[in-house]
Amino acid sequence: MSVLKLDKVSIAFGGLKALSDISLTVEKGQIVGIIGPNGAGKTTLFNLLTGMYVPTSGEILFKKNDSIKLNGLKPYKITSYGIARTFQNIRLFGDMTVLDNVKMGFHSRTKCGFFSSVIRLPSYYDEERKVNEEAIEMLKILNLESKKDELAKSLPYGEQRRLEIARALASKPSVLLLDEPAAGMNPNETKELTNFIAWIREKFDLTIILIEHDIKLVMGICNKVYVLNYGNLIAGGTPEEVQKNPQVIEAYIGSEGA
Amino acid sequence: MKAINKKNIITVLFILLMYAAGEIMLRQGIIDSYIEINIILIGINIILAVGLNLVTGFTGQFSLGHAAFMAVGAYTSAILTAKFGQPFTVAILFSAMAAALAGVIIGIPTLRLKGDYLAIATLGFGEIIKILALNIDYIGGARGFMDIPKYTNWTWVYFMVVISIVVIKNFINSRGGRACISISQDETAAEAMGINTTKYKILAFVIGAFFAGIAGALYANYFYFIKPDSFGYMKSIDILVIVVFGGMGSIAGSVVGAIVLSLISLFLQNIPELRMVIYAVILFLIMVYRPQGLLGKGEFKLKFLKRRLA
Repeated sequence: MSVLKLDKVSIAFGGLKALSDISLTVEKGQIVGIIGPNGAGKTTLFNLLTGMYVPTSGEILFKKNDSIKLNGLKPYKITSYGIARTFQNIRLFGDMTVLDNVKMGFHSRTKCGFFSSVIRLPSYYDEERKVNEEAIEMLKILNLESKKDELAKSLPYGEQRRLEIARALASKPSVLLLDEPAAGMNPNETKELTNFIAWIREKFDLTIILIEHDIKLVMGICNKVYVLNYGNLIAGGTPEEVQKNPQVIEAYIGSEGA
Repeated sequence: MKAINKKNIITVLFILLMYAAGEIMLRQGIIDSYIEINIILIGINIILAVGLNLVTGFTGQFSLGHAAFMAVGAYTSAILTAKFGQPFTVAILFSAMAAALAGVIIGIPTLRLKGDYLAIATLGFGEIIKILALNIDYIGGARGFMDIPKYTNWTWVYFMVVISIVVIKNFINSRGGRACISISQDETAAEAMGINTTKYKILAFVIGAFFAGIAGALYANYFYFIKPDSFGYMKSIDILVIVVFGGMGSIAGSVVGAIVLSLISLFLQNIPELRMVIYAVILFLIMVYRPQGLLGKGEFKLKFLKRRLA
């Protein structure tokens, strides 16, 4: 069963076509890798999926119980439908505590309004307690519980990455988008991360799409890999198929004739 | 966690005790009318600063038009009490709602802007309100609005201060408040986490305007007389100075800031020639040596007091 379906999606910024006619499907429960040289349009693709950009043409369909057309929806709406993301350059709420960062992830699933929080109705206390418990639970799962009262900006880099994933998971997504999760990690940390990604997919029943430059990680866990180059989808298939694709080799290391 | 716990009971007792102390001192004449004026002014400034802190300190939206909402409140209350003879309760309520409505009207178009652009847009809005007031004869125009009945007293000001602090503090420590703070930290990430950023920015703006309206009503019904010039951009900047001085993102900071700055200018009245110079130097020094403001992002905690007493 497919969860995401892109049909001839294009986006242009003025005269620059950042992505042209991208069509791909993502099956439920898969880990899909998106690779490509710098400037190929990988993050732009994520920004389209999360509503940061609106495609110039084409259609993005998200299948939950019925099909939802994502084009033109606001990012917060898309998050509430169950698509969460992390960012290439970590975007935590630096001056908030680790716990509060995770609590932010619960926003789209809670509903305590202005008046009940100001007058402190019992529903406020119930919801706060529940969010607090679940947020701590999430931090325990990701091994960050001991740091819950520290400011997010004071965490070391690797833990900030993990916190960003915790925050995204708190919104109970069915699709998780990871933008270069292994950036800046050493081989050991990357290996840990690879296992971690596989593990959260099982644990939270996720479909994961990740952008990554670390080919080992991509080839290690992805069920399917798509390759972008200059805004075009040049290959898609299992990691083995993609590795042998001449166009992919050319995009990365140049053609033999050159 | 329940609403009725030890901490809340102590807080309520403390609030009532403070009120009683003020009331007794007023009745006994320990506080003379000169000090009373200053206390009332400090109270009004606290309400304004706490409201603006929600917008600028917590939500990170730089607004230079806060005095305009005060003007809306002041004129609404003046019209209702002086021209229609309404009781003060009604006047305050309508002032607050009129200012909140002005907040919605101005918030929806301007809050699409960020940083400097928002500051300029709100500044412009403030001037529009002032010029409107200057040109409407019904409310006195440039001569000002006279003969407003005096209703504001220690009781009104004190409880309005308490209400504004409690409402904004409770809001900050809730789902909506966290959303506002996250917007000031990283708007893109906030939106990606499922926060309707436009809604929360406008909500913060409207709450700030609501309380500015109350402050305006208290002001108008204390001084018998208001004129458009009192609500110009200098007033907006005064409020902003209190917020920055006390600490952006600290409610206790706004309270302390309002009190300390009022006291400083009060003491400096003895040396009128150098008053503004020394005031400016003090502000300058604070910003150089304590750029995060007097209290930074800190808040008063009972725990802190306990440690001191032990």
